[in-house]
Formats: sequence, structure tokens, C-alpha cells
Amino acid sequence: METTAVRRRLTWQAAAVTSIARETASVVTIELEPPDWPGHLAGQHLDVRLTAEDGYTAERSYSIASAPNEQLAITVERLENGEVSPYLTEELRAGDQLELRGPIGGYFVWEPTDDSPLMLIAGGSGVVPLRSMLRHRLRAGSDVPARLLYSSRTLPDVIYRGELDQYGDGVRVICTLTRSQPPGWTGYSGRVNTAMLAETVWPASQHPLAFVCGPTTFVEAVAENLIGLGYPSERIKTERFGGT
Amino acid sequence: MDAVDGNAIGGLLIDVFGTEMTAANSTCGTCGTGRPVAELVVYRRAPGTVVRCRTCGSVLMVFVKVHGVTCVDLDGLASLSQLVARGDS
Repeated sequence: METTAVRRRLTWQAAAVTSIARETASVVTIELEPPDWPGHLAGQHLDVRLTAEDGYTAERSYSIASAPNEQLAITVERLENGEVSPYLTEELRAGDQLELRGPIGGYFVWEPTDDSPLMLIAGGSGVVPLRSMLRHRLRAGSDVPARLLYSSRTLPDVIYRGELDQYGDGVRVICTLTRSQPPGWTGYSGRVNTAMLAETVWPASQHPLAFVCGPTTFVEAVAENLIGLGYPSERIKTERFGGT
Repeated sequence: MDAVDGNAIGGLLIDVFGTEMTAANSTCGTCGTGRPVAELVVYRRAPGTVVRCRTCGSVLMVFVKVHGVTCVDLDGLASLSQLVARGDS
């Protein structure tokens, strides 16, 4: 299509909220229908802008949770004392309008044309752009082997839990719970560390491509460990979203 | 305030440069280290955004928005180069 070949400047638009689904006690997935959306790549984000009655505005970036060619969706975690996320997770309703612009980002993106084993590593809501990649992999019929190492505080904090249980062929999902584990838990316990990474990630000899997303301290620690395991820095793509 | 990284200012960079810049390569003017803009250290504290080198900590870029106008200081960069992206021609 001609329209997608021409790069446009980013413009704000009012998208219709078509549904809101609760993922965990503090996390929701919001489906959106923007009037003019050029399509996105797995891993990209969009900016949301809220405007108060007095004209005060607050902008935040949210990773896109849906695969390209699916209905656009973002997954938002409520941050205590946040300016935007409490509204998005508690007040927003289907049928409302939400001002957004995007898609944004060209670095932290995965395309099925890359045939390297895919190593996805997430802390908390850092799983959101990686979920877009897994869905894209599935929908695109890619047979690239993928692993997701996902760190959460507790089992009820695991976002997309039901969906992650269902990824079958070619995808291995490895969870670790840092704060508490339910009886009979067979996954990992505790924070992602050197030993856990050495056991779970693709060996560097297989030339994997790694995407690491989460709180800044989490991403720094994981990236440093991957380099220690022989991953070249240019094969580790990182996205840090600040404090926990 | 916690640091984020260059991914977080993708929208701001499109405002300023008119194109996707997070995958662009940057070279620090102080230590000479090159890395993608996405991997730089970013502090966002309204009204300004400060971008620092992840190797030596030098300030590479500063963006300040005043009355709807974004003032840009790129003095700390030795270079900023954007590959021609797919679809641009």
C-alpha cells in the first residue's frame, strides 16, 4: 500500500478503547482501535497522553502487547503514585477514547526473517513486548526455536499465565518466582542469576538473538551475565523501563 | 529518578529528527565509544531529557521543551548516523 511506504511524522490520535481485560491484580490489557494505524513490528511501543481539565498533560510509553496484524493492544501495570497507569488500570472503560501516537522504535524489534534461536528474558511487565514477539512468531508460522525466561514476584503476578502455558512446539517458557512460591512449584525460585542463566539460555555457540526487557537493574544484570556467557553485545537487545 | 534507555525517547527523537532514531549509531565525543541510541542512558525529568554515554557517563544529548518548542543540544556527540531504514527511499 502506498500509505505504508511513506513515513509519516508521529501524530496524536484518539483511539477507541474496545475492551479491557484484567491480567493480574495490577495489570490490564487494553484493546484499541486507532483511526489511522500503519501497522507495527513486534517489540515496538506507543505513547499515551492524558490531558486534565486544566490542560495539564502527562505522557507515558507502553509496549505493544499484540502481534502485528492483530487488533492493537497494550498491557499496563499500575504503578503506585503513577500519573497515568492508575487511570488506565482503574478508571478507563471500553467505549472511552484514549489519545496515542505510534508505533515507535526500530531497535528493540524482532522480525521472523531472523532465523537465530530467540532468547527472551523478562522481568515483570517487561514480558509485554516479548509476548508480542511470541505471538508474531506463532502467527507467522516461524519455526525459530524460542525460549522465554520470565521473572515475577509471585505466581499471581505472572502476566499472560494461561497463554504462556499453551505455547507448545518450539517454545520453552521458564518461570522464576522471586518472592514466594506456591506448594509444589517446579519452576525456578529467586532472582535471575548467573547460574540460572547458564542453565536456561541458548548456548552462545548457537548464535542466538537475545531480547531483555524489565526494570533497569534487572536488565543491566542480565545483559552483563549474557556477555559473561559469551553473547556478543550486538546480539543482546535491551529495553529498560526504570524502577520496579 | 531511575535511568531508562534510548528506547524510551523514540517518540521524542521522531519529533526532533523526523525519523526513527533508536537504531541509529552514536559515537561519544569524550570516550569515542559507539553504540545504538537505544542503548544510551536516559534521564527523563520534565521539562528536560538528558542522554548520557553508558561507558564514560558524559552528557551526549539534551532536549528541553519550552512553550512547545524543543531545544536540542547534541554537543557531546562525535557522530550520529542513521542507516537507511527499510521502506525509506
